[in-house]
Amino acid sequence: MSTATAPAASGATTTLTMAQALNSALRDAMREDPTVLVMGEDVGTLGGVFRITDGLAAEFGADRCLDTPLAEAGILGSAVGMAMYGLRPVVELQFDAFAYPAFEQLLSHVAKMRNRTAGRLPLPITIRIPYGGGIGGVEHHSDSSEAYYAHTPGLHVLTPATVADGYGMLRAAIASDDPVVFLEPKRLYWSKDQVTPGPVEPIGRAVVRRQGASATLLTYGPSLPVCLEAAEAAKAEGWDLAVVDLRSLTPFDDETVTAAVRATGRAVVVHEATGFGGPGAEIAARVTERCFHHLAAPVLRVTGFDIPYPPPMLERHHLPGVDRILDAVARLQWEQ
Amino acid sequence: MTLLDQPAGSSASVWPPNAHGPRRDPAPLLPDPEPFRLLDTPAADKLDPELLRDLYRRLVLGRRYNQQATTLTKQGRLAVYPASTGQEACQIAAALVLREDDWLFPSYRDTLAVVSRGVRPVEALTLLRGNAHHGWDPKAHRTAPLSTPLATQAPHAVGLAHAARLRGDDVVALTLVGDGGTSEGDFHEALNFAGVLNAPVVFLVQNNGYAISVPLSKQSAAPTLAHKAVGYGISGRLVDGNDAAAVHTVLTEAVEHARSGRGPVLVEAVTYRLEAHTNADDATRYRTPDEVDAWQARDPLTVLERHLRDRDLIDDAGVAAAAEAAEELAAEMRAEFHSEPELDPMSLFTHVYAEPTPQLREQADLLAAELAAEADAR
Repeated sequence: MSTATAPAASGATTTLTMAQALNSALRDAMREDPTVLVMGEDVGTLGGVFRITDGLAAEFGADRCLDTPLAEAGILGSAVGMAMYGLRPVVELQFDAFAYPAFEQLLSHVAKMRNRTAGRLPLPITIRIPYGGGIGGVEHHSDSSEAYYAHTPGLHVLTPATVADGYGMLRAAIASDDPVVFLEPKRLYWSKDQVTPGPVEPIGRAVVRRQGASATLLTYGPSLPVCLEAAEAAKAEGWDLAVVDLRSLTPFDDETVTAAVRATGRAVVVHEATGFGGPGAEIAARVTERCFHHLAAPVLRVTGFDIPYPPPMLERHHLPGVDRILDAVARLQWEQ
Repeated sequence: MTLLDQPAGSSASVWPPNAHGPRRDPAPLLPDPEPFRLLDTPAADKLDPELLRDLYRRLVLGRRYNQQATTLTKQGRLAVYPASTGQEACQIAAALVLREDDWLFPSYRDTLAVVSRGVRPVEALTLLRGNAHHGWDPKAHRTAPLSTPLATQAPHAVGLAHAARLRGDDVVALTLVGDGGTSEGDFHEALNFAGVLNAPVVFLVQNNGYAISVPLSKQSAAPTLAHKAVGYGISGRLVDGNDAAAVHTVLTEAVEHARSGRGPVLVEAVTYRLEAHTNADDATRYRTPDEVDAWQARDPLTVLERHLRDRDLIDDAGVAAAAEAAEELAAEMRAEFHSEPELDPMSLFTHVYAEPTPQLREQADLLAAELAAEADAR
């Protein structure tokens, strides 16, 4: 796969993969703002292991698309210093589980510097992390670590699920004056769609991807296509399911979620991350707090099991699938 | 025959030419075997007496600053204070060798270096006072906030120095680390990045012998901490951290080396923490009075004052003037710290993000209601 010839997603409608859309977002941001700089392992000459940074070193030079040593704390830590000096670094941490060495920098400095300095040292850093399973990856290549990030005040946590959002949300993340953990569902990198770029939307709004009257599926990132597929399959059971793409875990769009759940009175949260202490727990609590008198059934969760991510030949049993989602929908107390 | 027994030269032709370079001669990077000294040596005669007098005045000021801050902890005006008593030569030189547009990246024991950059004590000590996490304007003073997690500020210094070079500015970043901090992964990653990027950074390791209670012998098996530089392809320097003139000279050279594009420098200053780790620590549990006494004799202030007196470079009036200036600083500190800091609970929500999230707005409303109820109850 190469995205080197991907057209810049500014102007006319084009068909792109999500990988190409992300690449275009980086390229356009770098063209528009000379302080934007891409850095990480293999991002330069190779163009990244997923080719998201393909062609950027050729166009912008090795200084603005920087191949770094293999050390994630050093990558993010030096990005902090660069941001302090007025640059706008976009950091690639190569895989979800390879981001963990950067945790101390992320939690102790990136998330806190604005707060610590009463706004004098904002850190406009975008941290791109390919995440989630479904690509047959070996251990340490399929984690869904969003709960750790969403639990950390000072970070925005975004995850696109469509090609268009791959472009628009990454542009918004780079434009943000706050640090953004930008989680890219790696199994959607090769998904294709038509994109007509418009103005970059501010971050933090969920979107209803499918209207429905029976129950509302709340999901994000890699689970969105699964939920849309489940909603199609649910028609045969007589259920008309709404699907909400959260897009942003922090900030969380209570307004859109609350309206979508109240409209149906039933909700299921779907994500790949393990369930205990996962984003679904927070979402179910928020929905219950706001929609209690509108609910016909408890909010249910369909998540990864509470196990370390399984080996590739077993991962299909772990990941939320259409059947497991429909089973949960069936348990939403329809008989009353 | 084992691998170690192989005859010399037997594998000389195994490798393709320049395989996986670079290969560099480590010799120029190696530190001297003994810490560099100037005071009480013949070389000291060439030193500018005015510089020495300036260093002396600053040392006197720094010592008084440490004493006053420690007193403030006893009066409950500071939550905690990690004194740099005995390390003042390092603190002062680190600030003095930098240009105004250079950056300092201090750790929690380095508030004297911050004050020496021109930050008011009440701002430098804000973290330790507890009314806010940080006091001064980092951009105005080109001084990063105190870093509490050890050595985590070192990669920041590297990134800033690299960014400055990318933007065409000949700015140098100097970061302060302790002997314990050299064991941290971030210290290693920072040195490695600095070497690879050839970033204009100076790493000053104040080796005061202890990481709280753990002596250097349990911290590192390196020949010296300065030797750690060599593994990253950068220069290591070893200096007597209690010789203010030597620290000033070595750091001046290191900063110039970095600024001129010749690469980063790691300086190990051998010094001693004359006080406990903080006012909450009991140093008698891990070190002997004899050891402390021996280092008292090498007190940087005593060493420099003796040097100046022996050579008639300072008189009683000069000493008295330095003491008077130090008392003025102490009085200023007492005045500032004995007034209560202004606290605004609502500020808790102000700088989490550029714009508060809807959730933070809700929580701010909750706190505002609690504060209103408290006010009504009074």
